[in-house]
Amino acid sequence: MSAEDQGLPMAETSRAATAAPRGILTRIFDSDLWYSFRSSRLVMAAATVTLLMVGAALLAPVIAPHDPYDLRALNLMDSDLPPVWVQGGDPRFLLGTDDQGRDILSTILYGTRSSIAISVLAVLLAIGIGVSLGLVAGYFGGIVDTIIMRIADVKLTFPAILVALLINGIAQTLFKGRLGGAEFWILVLSIGLSFWVQYARTVRGMTLVEKNKEYVQAARLIGLSRAAIMFKHVLPNVLSPVLVIGTINLALAVITEATLSFLGVGLPPTEPSLGTMIQIGNKYLFSGSWWMVAFPGLTLAILVLAVNLLGDWLRDALNPKLR
Amino acid sequence: MKLRITTLAAALAVAVLTAPAEAKTFRYAFQGDLNALDPYTLNETFTLGAMGNVMEGLTKRDKDLKIIPGLAERWEIVEPTRWRFYLRKGVKFHGGEPFTADDVIFSAERALSPESNIKSRIAAGTKVVKVDDHTVEFITTGPNPILHYEWDTWYIFSKAWSEANGATKVQTSSSQLSPFTLKANGTGPFIIESHQPGVKTVFKPNPNWWGKPEHNLTEVIFQTIKSDATRVAALLSGEIDMMDPVPVQDIARVKANASTDVLTGPELRTIFLNMDSLRDELLYSDVKGKNPFKDARVRKAFYQAIDMEAIHSRVMRGNSANSAILISPLLFSRSAEFKRHPYDPDAAKKLLTEAGYPNGFAVEMDCPNDRYVNDEAICQAVVAMLARIGIKAKLNAMPKAKYFEKAGATQKYDSSFNLLGWTPGSFDSHNVLLNLVGCRDGKGSGAFNYGGYCNPKVDEIAGKVLTENDPTKRDELIAQAYRIVHDEAGLIPLHQQTLAWGVSKKVKIVQRADNQILFYWAQKE
Repeated sequence: MSAEDQGLPMAETSRAATAAPRGILTRIFDSDLWYSFRSSRLVMAAATVTLLMVGAALLAPVIAPHDPYDLRALNLMDSDLPPVWVQGGDPRFLLGTDDQGRDILSTILYGTRSSIAISVLAVLLAIGIGVSLGLVAGYFGGIVDTIIMRIADVKLTFPAILVALLINGIAQTLFKGRLGGAEFWILVLSIGLSFWVQYARTVRGMTLVEKNKEYVQAARLIGLSRAAIMFKHVLPNVLSPVLVIGTINLALAVITEATLSFLGVGLPPTEPSLGTMIQIGNKYLFSGSWWMVAFPGLTLAILVLAVNLLGDWLRDALNPKLR
Repeated sequence: MKLRITTLAAALAVAVLTAPAEAKTFRYAFQGDLNALDPYTLNETFTLGAMGNVMEGLTKRDKDLKIIPGLAERWEIVEPTRWRFYLRKGVKFHGGEPFTADDVIFSAERALSPESNIKSRIAAGTKVVKVDDHTVEFITTGPNPILHYEWDTWYIFSKAWSEANGATKVQTSSSQLSPFTLKANGTGPFIIESHQPGVKTVFKPNPNWWGKPEHNLTEVIFQTIKSDATRVAALLSGEIDMMDPVPVQDIARVKANASTDVLTGPELRTIFLNMDSLRDELLYSDVKGKNPFKDARVRKAFYQAIDMEAIHSRVMRGNSANSAILISPLLFSRSAEFKRHPYDPDAAKKLLTEAGYPNGFAVEMDCPNDRYVNDEAICQAVVAMLARIGIKAKLNAMPKAKYFEKAGATQKYDSSFNLLGWTPGSFDSHNVLLNLVGCRDGKGSGAFNYGGYCNPKVDEIAGKVLTENDPTKRDELIAQAYRIVHDEAGLIPLHQQTLAWGVSKKVKIVQRADNQILFYWAQKE
């Protein structure tokens, strides 16, 4: 959940755009990617929103008016208060409170933080698994390729959320009885393991093309190990589509995390993520306490939309055929 | 064109003619699942209620919970330890098997088998003797004036059917189902036509029922709708005719709707917390080598840390009555003598410090999330209140099927701290003393004592309660037992919840205070 993890996809984006010793900033501002970025107001807006939300989430402990995970600070008598501008609102709680007296605004900040952290880690895990398997399958071919790709095919026949639920169920049983913290990693694991196929297939396809190119043959001739060829030489050349899928998957991972939490298998109710908040708020839809579900729902929608827009732009910008 | 109109008219006419003249389908929904159809598997009001439409006991209870004859036409106490039951003649099970004394004896053995969840229905040592095909005698070890109090939910199985369907052994788990638990064969007014566990169950009236039907239904469909909002929406839209429970936050909304109403009433169920005070080391805690709950001061600290007024007004929105004892005031005349230990976090902290835990400790709390009104919200509130005295409680909320297995006998009470609700099936305190606070002996005593609280003095009093015939003396004994549990905070009673059924105005249904949903008294317009 550290700052590095949070920032990684952004960092990778810039690395892909630079990669040479010439002044990094100059390289960025000179690049086609930057030009394409600058020429779309929508994309800039999406990037700004994403940055703001990630920033706010990262700084949650600093800027949130309350700590919703600190159970000692909760007061049941503060529960179910409407937003401050509605009759009966309390100035201490800008967006109102939920059924346990948690400040909605603070919980959204903390919840977004959990959601983003889980999604980023899950996507990184999926990339790690998918890229390795794809490289191996593409480079070795034959029976290894067949086995890995058939597993991938089987995996593709199930919707990601089902696989995530399955892995979640198994992990919950395995981690049973450990005090605290396990839910976070279970979520990372279940989302990560349900997303790897796309990477594996893409990377395998590209590796099939790359492995017959001269530089690979040259590397083979001078006796480099297979691992070195695969990861040092082939990998950098197959990475850019991975980046695109990664960005789009990030939005999907946020949704999956929210869905799992909504279904009650995600983060515990005492440490709500966006999905958990929506699940809690859902119970109060008919009683008029709309703020419990509206604000977290809106946050989730905006976050996913912004990341998706960025992903779409990245896909188009990196696709030479569209330029 | 003309042809088409004629065809359409013909089709319409056929559709109108073939529709049954009075198809009265009653649809209802509950927040939790109906899993195994074996009523000996899970001693839970909802399951027993659903099966009570299909199966019957020797006795029944009427709309006001008075004991009336069921499969037994009448009974007499030949001598204090010998009861004779005269069985109804000419009764047939749904499968066509005639009902005889052998079925009663078989059902008694089945209820007392090790896997059974309803062992307490028949006191240990009771002998069941067949006099003739339609007469059975129960010979008890001592006088037992409340022998038959819970027999309305001791449903009689057909011996022949059970043997033919592999149902002689009780299904141990309500979530892992063997084939026979998907079927049911009783003598009751309804037959189960199809059953998809956790999804949908269809009931049809039993045309050969021995009694006179008081309902006008032609079909009943039960569905599980876990989500509060969805359940309310289904009722408001007319998709279902009845549902339980109406979430407390939506009572006003359902009442305000023109076509629906809320049936409310005090419920006999008491909600309480169990603390594992039996094991030498807590299973789920950071305290190793000892068990803090063995110390009454720790239990009392937990008790005093919980602000029941806040739970009453905020979580339950006034739809509950806080309780100092484990039984509803409607079922025990001297309830008013008991007052809850006052909410006092400072006193609680002091108690914890005295007990050697100035910084509190960590413990996991198990809680059902689809059984009682706002069960999970209550647990969350409790966890937050405990945090203020330094107890780091981690909440595991889970569906009831999983919860009852984990915290209950199936997984050997695999829980350190949990929430449970209980309606004494006999509507009498002895049931509470036996099931909830009795020392666990594996034979029926303490079977639902999820914390393993054990005080031999309480057991001794409970034994006397069973055989005492004088009501005043009996109440005095009961009060003594409750006093002991109260003073050492053996369990933490929370409240009695209020019944809230959402019903369509087209439906008339009887709401009993035990919260069994019995539709054999339902009328639909």
